[in-house]
Amino acid sequence: MQFTFNEEQDQLRATAQKFLADKSPTVEVRRLMETHQGYDPIVWAQLSSELGFTATHIPETYGGLGLSYAELGILFEEMGRTLLCAPFLATALGATAIMNVATESEKSELLPDIATGTRIATLAVFESFGKWDTDSIELTAKNNRLNGTKRYVLDGHIANFIIVVARTTNRNGADNIGFFLVDGDAPGLKRRVVKTIDSTRKLTQLEFVDVAARRLGGNADQSAKLAETLDLAAIGLANEMVGGAQHLVDETVKYAAERIQFGRAIGSFQAIKHKCADMLLDVEMAKSAAYYAATAAASSDPELPVLANLAKAAASEAYMRIAAECIQIHGGIGFTWDNDTHLWFKRAKSSEVFFGDPSYHKEQLVTRWQH
Amino acid sequence: MQPLDGEKLRNELRLWLESNWDPNASLIEWRSKLAESGWGMPTWPSQWFGKDLSLVFNPIVDEEFARINAVTVARSGIRLLAAATILEHGNDSQKSRYLRRILTGEDTWCQLFSEPGSGSDLAGAITRADFDGSQWIINGQKVWTTSAHHADYGLLLARTDWEAPKHDGLSYFVIDMHQTGVNVHPLKQMNGHASFNQVFFTDAVVAPEDQVDRIGNGWKVAMTTLMHERRSADTLRSVHRDRDLEGRIYDEERDETATVMEPYKWYPQRAGRVDLVFERAIETGKIDDPVVRQAIAELMIKARTAEWTARRARAAQQQGRPQGPEGSLGKLAASHVARQASKVHTMISGSDSMLGDEDGPLAGLIAEILISVPATSIAGGTDEIQRNIIAERVLGMPKEPRMDTGPFRDVMKNPGPAAP
Repeated sequence: MQFTFNEEQDQLRATAQKFLADKSPTVEVRRLMETHQGYDPIVWAQLSSELGFTATHIPETYGGLGLSYAELGILFEEMGRTLLCAPFLATALGATAIMNVATESEKSELLPDIATGTRIATLAVFESFGKWDTDSIELTAKNNRLNGTKRYVLDGHIANFIIVVARTTNRNGADNIGFFLVDGDAPGLKRRVVKTIDSTRKLTQLEFVDVAARRLGGNADQSAKLAETLDLAAIGLANEMVGGAQHLVDETVKYAAERIQFGRAIGSFQAIKHKCADMLLDVEMAKSAAYYAATAAASSDPELPVLANLAKAAASEAYMRIAAECIQIHGGIGFTWDNDTHLWFKRAKSSEVFFGDPSYHKEQLVTRWQH
Repeated sequence: MQPLDGEKLRNELRLWLESNWDPNASLIEWRSKLAESGWGMPTWPSQWFGKDLSLVFNPIVDEEFARINAVTVARSGIRLLAAATILEHGNDSQKSRYLRRILTGEDTWCQLFSEPGSGSDLAGAITRADFDGSQWIINGQKVWTTSAHHADYGLLLARTDWEAPKHDGLSYFVIDMHQTGVNVHPLKQMNGHASFNQVFFTDAVVAPEDQVDRIGNGWKVAMTTLMHERRSADTLRSVHRDRDLEGRIYDEERDETATVMEPYKWYPQRAGRVDLVFERAIETGKIDDPVVRQAIAELMIKARTAEWTARRARAAQQQGRPQGPEGSLGKLAASHVARQASKVHTMISGSDSMLGDEDGPLAGLIAEILISVPATSIAGGTDEIQRNIIAERVLGMPKEPRMDTGPFRDVMKNPGPAAP
């Protein structure tokens, strides 16, 4: 296992940092979060067709760069740091799902457009409250027609196509989980942007009434593939989260050095210093897990499922603790709308529970460790 | 000096070892040869038992020793810290008197820095050294001294000037531990072990030639010792050796190791014994308790992320990259792991957590964990000091205003021997 980033990876990070500093300052984040669309198509075109970010982990055969989840993790981290408003996580997960389940010809058909950013994809899995596993899927697929509701779908309102996980019935009448491809503007599909606490990332509810769909990757049960896809989603999100957490640590330390009370910078008080030291410890530990898991995903490590739980649980708790402490150390100003901290706090809160909250991942971690 | 070729060096060492190594020699006899030839500490100066080799050749040297299971010079315990300090700050007379017997293992050493009144604030030492015209007279008390009960010499930090500011009034000495003015008592810990000592000085003496570096420069010298302590903790080279080797020299070395390692036998328990958690949880059935499962998961997350963070730091170091903040976090992370492990062991053992020794789980091992873990967040720098260091040196946060400037005599301190 590799414990440092190589030169190419450092370069990728530098490129991303430069681009995002320019394109995603908080003034832009604040502008885009108020829009219905939630992203800037020009910036999206630049990060995809010019910089190739959307092509990162897609194999070269399908028009991608043939890099790995480790590189994708770097991009997630940098986008999380700057709260980039764009359907990147959605599209990357859509691509991951396709790469996991689709046939060669389906991949050749779908992935090149994702790689170039011409088409935005998303993954629709979750339905009921608080359930993040295969058991919770009730949306049905019968004769390639979908009926049911998907919730918490990333950027579903702008996706050109949606990868929908559905429950189907095979010839023997046994239950079966399958991945289906649906056009974003398919008749019978009702898409609604739901109100969220984190408006920098759009979540949608999708209602399917007899919507035409195409099964991807044949008719065999794909529940194992779903578990794998969700593990990769958790690892991706964990990497995004540590980027945001690092931003908050940096901001807190900066503010503590500037803010004067009782005739001294508040950062000179041990009460504040010790909080900051703990925040640094939190973010570095969470980074170690996120990086390790992303590297493991790149090498198909058999321990991957456990690492996904571990990285997501670690990142969720670290990011949330750090966000709360960041506001605390900012004091009253930290609770105002004008101060930027709440943007990250809200991202931390929604990411904490997205793809499973820490207690869900901890329980799964022990279960998987036992087997 | 000519650039040295690693393979040439390897051949030279291999030839030397082949014609000199004898598993039936006495430990002192063999180590004397190592000291004289320079192969014992090849990175030391050739004038002082070394070969002026660069550190990069250490792995080759270690490999050659390991290849034939050859014993090395004595490098455990405080010895090498003493040697490194004397090499850097000592005069030639001190080097010729002490270095050789450190390498042969004939002399053992202890470090006399911490005091009852100065733990985290080491520079607040009040053990005094007064010059009576012919020698230094030492009075005061040191504490947490590993191996003081069998040490021949001590590295002593003592106050020689009470008018100077705190750090400037300290001087550094080598003190002969075998004298009537030095009394060593074991310090019994809350877990029943006594790994350390308290050392009392009552008009103990130090000859002027055992003053290390100049008067008033003691803090700087002590920093050298501590830096080597940290470095040896990071990179302690242990040469691989097969087990159960036969020969007089191995028997003698085993006895030496047993003595040196005796104080550390409870250290694995101090770290929390994460390795026992799963099997204990299964054995007791607590693995089915969802609350316990959450706590176990938290422990595994802490333990593994701490391990990965340490590996990130090491990898950066090996590649010669600037070390990131991850290098400063290990100690704090270890405290979190130990504390969580103690919590989980308590959850798993339930009411049996009250029982110890032969009545307790795993013949008292669990009890030993529960009553040893508090040491982790104190020994070698408390968590609070670690947080200060991380905040000020890694995050660059502003320093706390100081209350201990000006003449040391006027600085508020714990009760102890009164200033003259």
